[in-house]
Amino acid sequence: MTNTKTVSAHPRQGIWGRLQSASIERLHIRLESLIVLLILCVAMTALSPYFLSVSNMLNILLATSTIGVLAIAATYVLSSGGLDLSLGSVMGLSGVVGAAFAVNLGAPTPIAVIATVGAGALAGAVNGLIITRAFVPAFIVTLGMLGIARGLALVISDGRVIYGLPKAMVYLGQGRPLGIPMPVLIFLATAFIMHIVLAFTKFGRHTLSIGDSENAARTAGINVSRHRFLLYTLSGGLAGLAGLLFSSRINSGDPTAGLTYELTAITAAIIGGTNLFGGRGSILGTMVGALIMGVLQNGLNLLAVQSYYQQMAIGSVLIIAVFIDQWQLRKESRV
Amino acid sequence: MSLLKIEGITKSFGAVSVLHGVDLTVGAGEVVGLVGDNGAGKSSLMKIVTGMYTADSGSVTMDGEDIVSNTPGERRAKGIEMIYQDLALAKQQDVASNIFLGREPTRSILGMQFVDGKKMRDEAQAMIDRLGARLPAINRPVGSFSGGQQQSVAIARALTFNPRIVIMDEPTAALAVREVQGVLDLIRQLKREGIGVILISHRLNDVLSVTDRIVVLHQGRAAANLVTAESDMTAVVSAIVGGGDVAEAAAHELSAGGD
Repeated sequence: MTNTKTVSAHPRQGIWGRLQSASIERLHIRLESLIVLLILCVAMTALSPYFLSVSNMLNILLATSTIGVLAIAATYVLSSGGLDLSLGSVMGLSGVVGAAFAVNLGAPTPIAVIATVGAGALAGAVNGLIITRAFVPAFIVTLGMLGIARGLALVISDGRVIYGLPKAMVYLGQGRPLGIPMPVLIFLATAFIMHIVLAFTKFGRHTLSIGDSENAARTAGINVSRHRFLLYTLSGGLAGLAGLLFSSRINSGDPTAGLTYELTAITAAIIGGTNLFGGRGSILGTMVGALIMGVLQNGLNLLAVQSYYQQMAIGSVLIIAVFIDQWQLRKESRV
Repeated sequence: MSLLKIEGITKSFGAVSVLHGVDLTVGAGEVVGLVGDNGAGKSSLMKIVTGMYTADSGSVTMDGEDIVSNTPGERRAKGIEMIYQDLALAKQQDVASNIFLGREPTRSILGMQFVDGKKMRDEAQAMIDRLGARLPAINRPVGSFSGGQQQSVAIARALTFNPRIVIMDEPTAALAVREVQGVLDLIRQLKREGIGVILISHRLNDVLSVTDRIVVLHQGRAAANLVTAESDMTAVVSAIVGGGDVAEAAAHELSAGGD
């Protein structure tokens, strides 16, 4: 199993190899994922006359924004060697909490917005606390939270959708300043900030180092459990933001929102080049991964493929992406 | 004048007594080998020096100053640095990231603190050059390096703390024969810079070739304190196993060195 983290013993050779290296070093993006995205776009353009239009591109970005924010959370947690399976459920819970604040309690929009993101961050903090203080594996804790958050969302909403958010809140989901949907703007701004943090700050570097070797990080004096706690809190907070984008777009708090979204988010992070076992990850790569998922879903919709098949497609893409990653690592360590 | 002075250290874990009054001194620019069989107490003794363990009795002084009450962090600040056998490197990160892990230099842009990548790379390169170590490229993940090159990175990281004592735990154990010389050269470089080195090793040939003195631990006691120049393999092996006829074992150790 150690070959999961093996690093190539030789610099990459040839034009393809050098392009690969340059892509990762300069852009923090895996070349393969860029090419897959390009091929998908070309294929879709050929298959559907509706694909290549500004409005459809905005559609793709809009559909990608929720998953994209979750995928950013997945990138942080995965590259630190952790795992957050509760992303989708926490997103659903956050949307319901925000809607309950706004509709049932009549809270002003800023309070409701803070409650939405805060509910996610709180759920994430509970994850982080149990993982770092009680030493229960992240897989179990976040799997448990997947159930708890979903159940709590149903309890709070009494199993019903909470309709009728205030106008200002709906603007966050449906507003179109300069013709660009608000969720897309929020998603891009979040991605920009989170990319800077991961690639250029101590927090980001420590995140990757912890995922690479917890022992090395600890020896270097990094407070690993505090850092992990912050990461899970951040992950929950981002799930809360995704919940905000989603609920404000559909103008309601839906307790079933975000069902199985963690699958898509983790897939997007991994096809974007995040190492499943930690130590490597970039938000730009994840953006490409999320766009691949978005184009794939959009394309299957345009081609009128039943949505059941879309689930199968996403699952297959996840397995294939990890397979290619492992296959390349093994090939490289054999050279 | 000795820099680090350890006197009368005793330590037991429950009913198991590991160290029974061990003395050891290291001077500036002195390389001291610490050898002994598994379980002789080498690791426990070094953890008492770095502050990971607390001795039951005895004193540890640095420059005549008692450091027994200091935490590991404070001892590091006083110049005691340890390089563990597993090196504690983050293998997917590059050389500079590893050298500055946990204390990255930052610069402020618009009031926010960003890691200063250029400064990190420059200073890492300067440290590698100072050591005279050969690395394929400073911007490659250290996991792609050979064992000896990784050892160089770990030593370079230790040096950035401006240590006065460097403790190395089995630095040559996992290395190819060719690379051992490189690491021994690095140890000689530390000596030239006036840094005291404690070398823990099972490879007696390496110990004999690079140290000034050899302290042999046997069942929790310093069984011998040999001046390397006046000693030989037979004397060291004899002290390790606790006397008796060791000609055969010594011959084996010599031939095992091979080079």
